[in-house]
Amino acid sequence: MTPPSDDMNTSGAGHFVSKAPFDPYSIEALKPEQERYYLASQWQLMWWKLKRHRLAVFSGIVLLVFYIAALFAEVVAPYNLQTRHTDFIYAPPQTVRWFHDGNFVGPFVYGLKYQLNMTNLKREYTEDQQRVQRLRFFCRGDGHQFWGLFESHFHLVCPDRDGTLYLLGTDRLGRDMLSRIIYGARISLTIGLLGIIISFALGIVIGGLAGYYGGWVDNVIQRLIEIIRSFPELPLWMALSAILPVNWSPILVFFGITVILALLDWTGLARAVRSKLLALREEDYCTAAQLMGARPRRIIGRHLLPGFLSHLIASATLSIPSMILGETALSFLGLGLRPPITSWGVLLNEAQNINVVALYPWLMLPVIPVIVVILAFNFFGDGLRDAADPYK
Amino acid sequence: MLRYVLHRLLMMIPTLLIISLIVFVIIQLPPGDYLESYIAELQSQGESVDPEKIAFLRQHYGLDKPLHEQYFFWLTGMFQGDFGYSFEYDLPVTEVVGDRLVLTVLVSFITIVFTWIVAFPIGIYSATHQYSWGDYGLTFLGFIGLATPNFLLALVMLYLANVYFGTSIGGLMDPEYIDQPWSWDKLMSVLEHLWIPVVVIGTSGTAGMIRRLRANLLDELQKQYVVTGRAKGLPRFKLLTKYPLRMALNFFISDIGSILPSVISGAEVVAVVLSLPTTGPMMLSALQSQDMYLAGSFLMFLASLTVVGVLLSDLALAALDPRIRLQGGVTR
Repeated sequence: MTPPSDDMNTSGAGHFVSKAPFDPYSIEALKPEQERYYLASQWQLMWWKLKRHRLAVFSGIVLLVFYIAALFAEVVAPYNLQTRHTDFIYAPPQTVRWFHDGNFVGPFVYGLKYQLNMTNLKREYTEDQQRVQRLRFFCRGDGHQFWGLFESHFHLVCPDRDGTLYLLGTDRLGRDMLSRIIYGARISLTIGLLGIIISFALGIVIGGLAGYYGGWVDNVIQRLIEIIRSFPELPLWMALSAILPVNWSPILVFFGITVILALLDWTGLARAVRSKLLALREEDYCTAAQLMGARPRRIIGRHLLPGFLSHLIASATLSIPSMILGETALSFLGLGLRPPITSWGVLLNEAQNINVVALYPWLMLPVIPVIVVILAFNFFGDGLRDAADPYK
Repeated sequence: MLRYVLHRLLMMIPTLLIISLIVFVIIQLPPGDYLESYIAELQSQGESVDPEKIAFLRQHYGLDKPLHEQYFFWLTGMFQGDFGYSFEYDLPVTEVVGDRLVLTVLVSFITIVFTWIVAFPIGIYSATHQYSWGDYGLTFLGFIGLATPNFLLALVMLYLANVYFGTSIGGLMDPEYIDQPWSWDKLMSVLEHLWIPVVVIGTSGTAGMIRRLRANLLDELQKQYVVTGRAKGLPRFKLLTKYPLRMALNFFISDIGSILPSVISGAEVVAVVLSLPTTGPMMLSALQSQDMYLAGSFLMFLASLTVVGVLLSDLALAALDPRIRLQGGVTR
């Protein structure tokens, strides 16, 4: 047997002994990832938690795509909003194909052949298999005023020269439905955001007053909220939008409708703010601030609100869809926005008639972006709400 | 219990008064009144206006009086069953609306029953089979129902019925029964046509109810008494039905309060699309033509319907749940 050498971590008794200096606090020391977690800010934590919610992230991306498309509507849409194609009225959607006669050509559409059926005066379009119209990308097409600032002809996708590209068909004036839906997104998507800003402000101020002061202020506001909530929303919206003067310009009507939508929406937020404030104002730090002579405005705005702002934002996200739906319903009934302003509801207004629906079903296509956006907002809001409480 | 009922009934009076005030303000907001635009319209068509009739109407409905007197007049009229005069139809409002109110109540009531029948089993299934494929699928379906606006669903139904059955599903009864007095055959015809609007209106409410029922039942199922029961070997079915389900039932009834406004809202728009003879289409046209008393009566009626519905659900809840009736407060 050889005697144990110095460089081996064994003692004379034959068991393992670490030579590293002993640190009595090692059990309390944080691993780097733990440290990262404990030192992260609230928003950082929310972001990490949100990222784990796959559906919410996916919905967020969908929403982002929609908003970017709405922002750059002039470029994304293949045609201008008002461009009429009098030769192609009520043209059906064209399909994008890749192979012609068994050969790969890249994305193209077949040209449309128009014929008026003389027996029932129906416009009939057939695909002309000889005319291959290849799509062009990053191209020069319809002129447009980009953001109303400067003249441009640039588009992401254009039809072939002398060709047509109606991916979702055309309406009764021969306007491209896809382009109109993309332009309509601008109005339909902003009305929800604008409305939520107004109702957010109302909700925080009114709910804040009720929650902070309590007593009779709280009682009056609570009763008011109950009464507003017991009204069926839509008939009230209808009545309010019916009183917008007929001679208002479309843009004024747009703002009017936004305010009307917001006027009935703040109640939920106000309730959330109130119940949170009632709980938080009993906290020690609030008493401390009061003793130091801070005024209510400062206490609410500086000390109490930041504590549950993330929650509020999440619940606000969840009430955007009802505003978008409200606008769509009002415009659909003809009480909301009016042409030339184009929103999804205004587009759907054309599909009100059963004959139109039966003969030209593609006029109902604006339904799809509405459903997708509402779903995405719901899922995204759900994810946000879960993430808003990162300490759970 | 009696104290609670009285309290609830008394609370309803100021609510309805304030609602009537809001409705009155809304119908008064447009500049001018109907008679002015009526006179202008007749004169532009070159017709003569009977000044006596105008003066009579103006005086009878107090349009020449200050606003607060008009409001008082309208309010007291409603107690006596006089809802004002519809200028467009040239008839008292009570005669114009006729069956429409009954049909609106009928459609809303059946929609809520439908919502219950569908939401109840699905909610229980989703809660007891949490995170199963069935749960995910049903939740997703529910979300789609929530996201699809009622009127769009009605449009799609119109389209599908037209394509696959070649029929029009508009209306609420066969044409020969319109304007006929109520009879057994007419009722059957109404019931036959009723299912489409009921399904269309019911979808969004059903989806919401399923989600809330599921969440409530899940909360209940995680409580300790359930765990104890399971540990002691209680059969699963009995474990579910003995207490957790009964707790969830309470919520089921109180939920009427939250779905009723949306059911009534939905019913209005769907009625316009499907041209049902309920309040929807007539209210729309009354709003557009500023036929203020007609529109006001409809608004008032719909709001009262909601208030009364919520009251009934609160009373039923109090009857079921001793915690509420003994506390004497309002829980919502």
